[in-house]
Amino acid sequence: MSTADMINPVEASFGLLVNYDWCTGCHSCEIACQMEHGMPVGQSGILIHDMGHWPIEGDTWQFGYLAAPTKMCDTCAERRGLGKVPTCVQHCQAQCLEFGPLDEMLKKADHEYQTVFTLAEK
Amino acid sequence: MADHGIEGYNNSGVSTQLVGDYQFVDHEKPWRYQEGDLTVTRGSAWSGPGCHDGCGVLLYTDKDGKLVKCEGDPENPYNGGRLCVRCLDVPEVVYHKDRLLYPMKRDPKDRGKDKWERISWEEAVDLVVDKFMDIKEKYGAEAVVFGQGTGRDIAAYITRLCWSFGSPNYVLFLSGCACYLPRVAGFAATAGSFWVADCSQEFADRYDNPQYQVPETMFVWGNYPLRANSDGFYGHWVIDLMKRGMELVVIDPKVTWMSTHSKLHLAIRPGTDAALALGFLNIIINEDLYDHDFVDRWTYGFDELAERVQEYTPERIAEVTWIPEEKIRAAAHILAESKPCTMQWGVAVDMTKEALPASQAIAACFQITGNVDVPGGIIAPPEILNYAGGWGRELCPEETWKKRIGLDKYPLLNFGFQIAQPDELRHAMATGKPYKIHATWLQQNNVLSCMGADPTEQYIGLMNCDFNVSVDLFMTPTIMATSDLVLPAATFTERDGIRVGDGCQRGEVINKVCQVGECKSDMEINLMVGKRFNPEAWPWDNVDDMFSAMLTAQTPFTFKELREKHPVYLPFSYRRYETGLLRGDGQPGFNTPTGRIELWSTFYNNAGMDPLPYFEEPVPGPGSTPELLDEYPLVLTTGARPWSLFHSEHRQVQRMRDLKKECNVYLNAETAEKYGLVDGDWVWVENIYGRCKSKVEVTNLYQDPRVIACDHAWWHPEGDPEKLYDSHDLNVNNLLPGIPGKSGFGSNYKTTLVKLYKVTPEDDTNGPFQRDNYVGQALTDRVAEAVAATKNK
Repeated sequence: MSTADMINPVEASFGLLVNYDWCTGCHSCEIACQMEHGMPVGQSGILIHDMGHWPIEGDTWQFGYLAAPTKMCDTCAERRGLGKVPTCVQHCQAQCLEFGPLDEMLKKADHEYQTVFTLAEK
Repeated sequence: MADHGIEGYNNSGVSTQLVGDYQFVDHEKPWRYQEGDLTVTRGSAWSGPGCHDGCGVLLYTDKDGKLVKCEGDPENPYNGGRLCVRCLDVPEVVYHKDRLLYPMKRDPKDRGKDKWERISWEEAVDLVVDKFMDIKEKYGAEAVVFGQGTGRDIAAYITRLCWSFGSPNYVLFLSGCACYLPRVAGFAATAGSFWVADCSQEFADRYDNPQYQVPETMFVWGNYPLRANSDGFYGHWVIDLMKRGMELVVIDPKVTWMSTHSKLHLAIRPGTDAALALGFLNIIINEDLYDHDFVDRWTYGFDELAERVQEYTPERIAEVTWIPEEKIRAAAHILAESKPCTMQWGVAVDMTKEALPASQAIAACFQITGNVDVPGGIIAPPEILNYAGGWGRELCPEETWKKRIGLDKYPLLNFGFQIAQPDELRHAMATGKPYKIHATWLQQNNVLSCMGADPTEQYIGLMNCDFNVSVDLFMTPTIMATSDLVLPAATFTERDGIRVGDGCQRGEVINKVCQVGECKSDMEINLMVGKRFNPEAWPWDNVDDMFSAMLTAQTPFTFKELREKHPVYLPFSYRRYETGLLRGDGQPGFNTPTGRIELWSTFYNNAGMDPLPYFEEPVPGPGSTPELLDEYPLVLTTGARPWSLFHSEHRQVQRMRDLKKECNVYLNAETAEKYGLVDGDWVWVENIYGRCKSKVEVTNLYQDPRVIACDHAWWHPEGDPEKLYDSHDLNVNNLLPGIPGKSGFGSNYKTTLVKLYKVTPEDDTNGPFQRDNYVGQALTDRVAEAVAATKNK
């Protein structure tokens, strides 16, 4: 990727909505992506990030995970062409991922602990 | 008596009385269809590799018949298209370079050496039959032991092989059968069948079914379902239910995602679950929080239970369990006041020495609060085949059946349990008493690395045999150390089958989509060998006919019919105790002698056991042997599951190993500092019985500095085969003596006392197993010796 690409990134038409308060850190999204795209061990179009775990007060803890797409995410364009959802979304055990047109995903992101990643079809 | 005991549960067809309508799922496509260049086959993932669940999968194969992808089946209500990392990665397992691909034999004098010779299936089967039949003729069929690993898809077929050969010694080499069976027994002895959390798993339309009700609260007790997926319970159902409003109470020494998303987390001292349950009962009964109507009409022995629990005051239980008293009280109120309240429990309950009274006490909490057989409570799942009971017990002649190892010591085994007692069998194999075991058939069983307590005694017992056969997917430390013949088993993608497992049983099939080497399924192997042992017991021409025979005994479907319809949901309804569907005689009530839930168990009483639940301090432990705390100050718990590894499987599977690289011991920062340890240090974890090596991970997830945890079932497939892949160094079972509970059930896998010290270059291995002058850990009273030694100091 050149500097020009970074200054003028491709327009995003899709969003990956992550309800990360539900992410249990199970890694299914990562391995589903690796298997769908034949990626080597350790690489994936989506990765789980440990959001840490520490006590805040009493039994209240920060304890969570966040799934985030990498540069290798191609939005499962071929798979979606067969009428399926992206493989990370299907296999997410906590069902905390949603994929769709960006405006729809943005509308849905109206609660605490959600985020939308903008994605372009590749 | 036996008619109403667990034997009744096994054989009377009580919980398998499939009356009513089967439920189906609409399929857009047939069970096998084409998608572009790929063929897609629908089926169940049951197992190995992997767990007890049997999720719905779609297997993708290319034009050469090669498996290229495994996906969740979105049409299967069990997992709803989801899948965990292990099944997603199954193609890597199927085509792994280390798979066993053909039968191999080794000269018994070369045990432990990597000197295998490839042979044909014909020669392999002849060898088994010649050796086993010769031993049977010389010493009796009981001299051959049939041992399985964890109870996945194997129980029905290995029990039939064992019993049709004529041996009574079918076994899981797990001390005290400390997985599932104690919980089965605890429930069956009081309520006549096994009960599980109702997560709508009996309905094809799941949470939307109008009969279903979301539990107000789920108690998750000694289990981390998100990772464990135990006993037919798909762990993330908990998340589905939380999204629908269910609250959690989590009983776990560890802080977890679930505990931090729960209403209440009780960080219990490992091994004190029975005490906590008895404390709950004390509060629920004394504060009059129980369901009077249900208790009056449907339970037996309530007054005796009420009297028994008086000694378990909340103050005392707080001291015993290390849980603050106000939390215990709050949890008891939540349990009694949530309508409905359900419970998902795990092996932590079984893996305590007195597991039966623990199970009984926990069960009673949900029984006296009226949560039995109600929507969103706890339910008895209908079955096609009683999974815990085995298949074909009648095939073993009565005179040999009486020679089952452990019967004389543990009379409870006479009450419908159809296994040999594992600890007595381990001693018998090592000592030759009461009679010598001459051969073993180990199937899906890596006993020296995983389930077996006191691995040295297990090893000696196996080495004492004239002939050991193993059936497995991969070479294992057990095979390398002790086997003379190894047969290559198929994964679930390489075989046909039916899912008749634990927990929720569905009408589901496993469909073969590929072939690897000369591997055969466990079912095909057992049919082939069984026909040679005892042709009448195995009358089927092929496995599909065998599956049809199993299915049509209880359902209207043959194997091929079920394949089209899969998944089929069995007839199910709630409050079957009111409609007579829980008893063989069709009378209302539960399948117990009194027809009621027996809080005071007639069954245990008749077996010479305490009919009421109780708690005993784990030994060794801070409550039972405080003298040992100077030398061994830490309470160790073992066996919590990571995401990507199932017991001793997956260590050689790169994608899975990448998610969990090494065997760890988990300490909090205070403990680490005290011992001068940092992340990544290799330490010996040692107790009065033995030691294992583990890599330190400093964590705040064990908040109590007195508690540490160690991973289980580790070995290094990348290591030296002739050093048994480091299994004897890494195996935490070296610390576990295998002393079962008074009934022969339960064993302390989850708690012992240990110390830690660094591994040094001079002291970095346990070396090979020692055979000379070894006395089994459970055969010596090392606790008394150790305690006495502290007094002499």
